[in-house]
Amino acid sequence: MISRAQTLARAASLRAGFEAAGAIPAETPVLQPADTLLDLYGEEIRARAYVTSDALRGEQMLRPDFTVPVVQMHMAGGAEPARYTYSGEVFRRQEHDPDRASEYIQVGYEVFDRTDPAAADAEVFALFSDAVSGLNLRSVMGDIGFLMDAVQGLRTTDARKAALQRHIWRPRRFRALLDRFAGRTEISPARAALLSGEAALCEAPHTGRRTGQEIETRIAALRADAAADPLSAEEVGLLDALLNVRETLPFALEQLRDLAVDLTSVAPAAERLAARTEALEKRGVDVAALPFEASFGRTSMEYYDGMVFGFFSADRPDLPPVATGGRYDALTRRLGGGAEIPAVGGVLRPGLMLELEGAL
Amino acid sequence: MTVRLGVPSKGRLMDKTFEWFAKAGITLSRSGSDREYAGAVGGIDGVSLVLLSAGEIPRELSAGRLHFGVTGTDLIQEKLPLWEQQVDPVQELGFGFADLVLAVPRAWVDVDTLDDLDAVAAAFRQHHGMRLRIATKYHRLVREYLRQGGVADYALVDSQGATEGTVANETAEAIADITSSGETLRANHLKVLSDGPVLRSQATLWRSRVADLSDADRLVARELTERLTAG
Repeated sequence: MISRAQTLARAASLRAGFEAAGAIPAETPVLQPADTLLDLYGEEIRARAYVTSDALRGEQMLRPDFTVPVVQMHMAGGAEPARYTYSGEVFRRQEHDPDRASEYIQVGYEVFDRTDPAAADAEVFALFSDAVSGLNLRSVMGDIGFLMDAVQGLRTTDARKAALQRHIWRPRRFRALLDRFAGRTEISPARAALLSGEAALCEAPHTGRRTGQEIETRIAALRADAAADPLSAEEVGLLDALLNVRETLPFALEQLRDLAVDLTSVAPAAERLAARTEALEKRGVDVAALPFEASFGRTSMEYYDGMVFGFFSADRPDLPPVATGGRYDALTRRLGGGAEIPAVGGVLRPGLMLELEGAL
Repeated sequence: MTVRLGVPSKGRLMDKTFEWFAKAGITLSRSGSDREYAGAVGGIDGVSLVLLSAGEIPRELSAGRLHFGVTGTDLIQEKLPLWEQQVDPVQELGFGFADLVLAVPRAWVDVDTLDDLDAVAAAFRQHHGMRLRIATKYHRLVREYLRQGGVADYALVDSQGATEGTVANETAEAIADITSSGETLRANHLKVLSDGPVLRSQATLWRSRVADLSDADRLVARELTERLTAG
């Protein structure tokens, strides 16, 4: 059994390592205003975070992660560029797996730097890779930027692109939308009648806050969508090919560059990945052995919009990841109130590291 | 020790449950006055009757204070995480049918499915600067259903009663509630989404998987189960 004192000692030494890499320590409150997190993650955060409240401040959440408060702190007046490290408890409700911890120590490192994103990505990945070396972990890298750029580059309406973009992190809904926009979903008779204007008038009185005008606007949008050309099978095929890229980094890069010949919108992302690969090599990362999965991070890493990575125990697939991280430029835009800054970082779980070391 | 059986303490659900047990030759009754929540069991030895609110039966089963209990599937699944590990359905009772459904105003002619609800939630948030509110008391079930359906930009607001009225009162845009006939929905100008219910529920006899049983109790529990599932 790993004691709390051991975990805290390991957290302190990991944090000292990040300070040596140039980070300044950051502290954030345990109680976070619920509004910000609900706005960002939606109602689903309630299944993952502990919610509490008082009469004055309303709903508060026990810090489910450090990223949001650290970004807020930086956006409220941090110097530029900036590197932060932190360690402390995070709290996660567990409704499905009684073996997962509901409270554990996280140590993190976050970089806010505009100058050279590829170098910043490599810096973060290499630091985490070093921190967990010797634990026999399986690493994986992905890049949400490919899918985001591919969606923006589709030859279709802006409304469809926006709908797909909104569901990048919900693969099933994304797939359902893709099928519908490609004309692969049957239209119900009721919907067909509505679109053609042959539907019987609704005799029910209007009720609730959503106005008749909003309903008319949506019907117009549905008609416009029905009139738009379906996504071509070729484009859907290219998206599928993109999501299926799963190779060691140099071969993945080659495949992605080949794809970019037809799917030209991902060419810049491929070049960003090439620059990152080079920067990783400079940092001494063995890129030839690094697995790259284009669909990694889509289900669990909302708000990452560029590089994503994870380190998992190869022997204990039942354990959660030991380290995860990635680039989250969009999050700084959402929280920055107009301002934005490229940002990348990650977190480690010292308790899990000790548990794995004990088993070695 | 006795085998403790929990049954809803009032109304149609209690009467129907009593009738259902009577068919297996087990007579349940309220002892004393109508206001007293004590019960008596006839036709089988070693079983004691506990009358309590249907909403509390899941908790009592999972705490092991009841060995058997009658309550709805909806309440078990809403109140007990990992319910399969805590309770075991012995027999569906064939009454107390109720579906947990999502409903929106009938005037929303552009909304038939979850897909539509999701699109409307996105537009609603853009237009009103707030997430589309769904009133319910079944928070966990509805949240899980919407997560699986990939619906975003909604907020659940708590409603412990008169949920169908929240839309007209503008405290919610949609509702998720139990309905048996749909009449209340129609009266409040609401319609059910076509994707099918969040959950189909009926009164069910549950066995606690965690309650301790003595050897003698075990025989009684077996006899009870056999007689109730024989029909």
